[in-house]
Amino acid sequence: MSDKYSSNDKKDEDYKEDLLKVGFDIEEKNRAGSYLQVNHSVSVERSNIEDVEILNTVDALKKYDWLEDYWWKAVSPDKDEYTKEAEINQNYGYFIHVKPGAKVDFPIQSCLFISKEGTHQNVHNIIIVEEGAEVHIITGCSALHGVNNAFHIGVSEMYVKKGAKLTFTMIHLWGPEIFVRPRTGVIVEEDGIYVSNYVCMNPVKDLQMSPVTYCGKNATALYQTVLYASEDSKMDVGSVIYLNGENSKTEVISRTVARDNSEAIVRGNIIGKNKGIKGHLECRGLMLSDGAVIHAIPELRAETADADLSHEAAVGKISEEEIEYLMSRGLDKEEAASVIVRGFLNVDIKDLPKQLEEEIQKKIDLSAAGI
Amino acid sequence: MVRLKDSLEIRNLAVDVDGRHVLKDVNLMIEKGETHVLLGPNGSGKTTLLLSILGLSRYNIVRGEIIFKGKDITDLPTHERVKMGIGIAFQNPPVIRGVSLGTMLNICMGKKTAEITDEAVKLAKELNFSEDFLTRDVNYGFSGGEIKRSEIMQLIAQQPNFVMLDEPDSGVDIENMELIGRMMGKLLQRDLIPSKREKMGLIITHLATILDYIHADRAHVMLKGKIACSGYPREILAGVRRNGYEGCIRTCQENNNNTNVTNCNYNKV
Repeated sequence: MSDKYSSNDKKDEDYKEDLLKVGFDIEEKNRAGSYLQVNHSVSVERSNIEDVEILNTVDALKKYDWLEDYWWKAVSPDKDEYTKEAEINQNYGYFIHVKPGAKVDFPIQSCLFISKEGTHQNVHNIIIVEEGAEVHIITGCSALHGVNNAFHIGVSEMYVKKGAKLTFTMIHLWGPEIFVRPRTGVIVEEDGIYVSNYVCMNPVKDLQMSPVTYCGKNATALYQTVLYASEDSKMDVGSVIYLNGENSKTEVISRTVARDNSEAIVRGNIIGKNKGIKGHLECRGLMLSDGAVIHAIPELRAETADADLSHEAAVGKISEEEIEYLMSRGLDKEEAASVIVRGFLNVDIKDLPKQLEEEIQKKIDLSAAGI
Repeated sequence: MVRLKDSLEIRNLAVDVDGRHVLKDVNLMIEKGETHVLLGPNGSGKTTLLLSILGLSRYNIVRGEIIFKGKDITDLPTHERVKMGIGIAFQNPPVIRGVSLGTMLNICMGKKTAEITDEAVKLAKELNFSEDFLTRDVNYGFSGGEIKRSEIMQLIAQQPNFVMLDEPDSGVDIENMELIGRMMGKLLQRDLIPSKREKMGLIITHLATILDYIHADRAHVMLKGKIACSGYPREILAGVRRNGYEGCIRTCQENNNNTNVTNCNYNKV
């Protein structure tokens, strides 16, 4: 384990359980490589296979001149005050490079962790998946329990080259006092596939993000988002997909549960610009309390006569009929509600670490108990 | 009041649904090992009776009582009635997204797992479902016949003592009718000799076809929220076929003067 940047009093092992909750296994069981950053310190940057390089972006920029061609190319530093802040005060971030044609069997894991009160963590990440390569990256962003007043800005630029496939699973587990601003741009080249899974089940003070994906010819972008807004959380999460290339397509699926006094704004925006493009947005919300808000904003914009864009949005409560159907099979009311919420949030994410699945499960069971 | 163990007894039951008086004065007794069929026109209250026995919240019991296994269950919540051994195959069950048919089977068997068990696969095969079918969201995109088979499969997993089936035969093709009939027979232990049977059943049907597979012990005709007449299934059915429901009741009133086999509760029309 590299500790050349480590200036933490604590060792990574001390955070083992916290890291596991967002899918980061420090023992690296079934992992192709790891990147761990705690506050402003890079703690692990290691690839276990030849075809993948994992570094922090500061060293990577020094090592490779060509990386300039990818730096601030999918996201503009002038986008907003947060990207500007990340440009001026960057604290590392990961560089993951998958060589052409490499099919990486196990996921690569990364974690951006905040352990200290008052931390402003501004990372800038670059992922490049070269032609014909395939990889799954699981990234967990989390703060140590009890940390107040932290701020996380994460700029991520992802490049999915011709015929390549990137599955990017991001798990957020912040805290009720953490302010979060991810800024993501994804460029998917011809025949490339980008699959995004995003899970945020725990309270957060204020989270706002709207990753932008640009699809080339025949490219595909799939988004699955699971949000569980509770307490006083404010979440504003969207996906913007430009279908720039001919026959490019996208599907954006989101499931949002809101309770207590939380507010969840769920956006989706598909812009169709070329022949044969196809896009669908599916946005479903489940309301568990009167004090909560779900605001679904699906948007479609066609700039070609040959567009096929659609959306469906539905926000509602747990159906009494479904509860009673389950009760007639022997479940009590709480158990029935729990099964329904679980089903509602049941999106199929491949290779999700077991601990993470259990964590999500626990959260659902706990929440259904209050209905 | 005599309360028989291992029986279902309904006394003077009146039920309102959304403020409407649907069941007026229903009396019914099903004893250990017996299967009854419930006939009657649409809107006569057949489904309401089943769902009142199940205890769903929309069915407001204004009078009377439901006694199951010697216990008054009129005020029990649904899941407790189910735990006592009541089970139902719904006519139009809801879709639950993200909850697979396999998960439903686990729930019916009292298992707390989302994985598809060997038992579930075995059961699915018996009902002519593939293993793959068990991974589908329950009732989502199921055909009419698939819903019937799925409902009966869940009941087999659940093994209730008292089985209610709401039109298990409607919309079922001939091929599946045989299968459903056979499975219902198994569920209700109709393959055993009468003295060995313990399970009770109440089946709503519009079609007589099901009676070719289930030789029910008794039939009742429901009309306007009351059980209008009861008797041997063949006899009642023949009457309905010949003269319609109203006519059947007249016949049964006439019969009632001559014999005690068929009795008629439809005294004052």
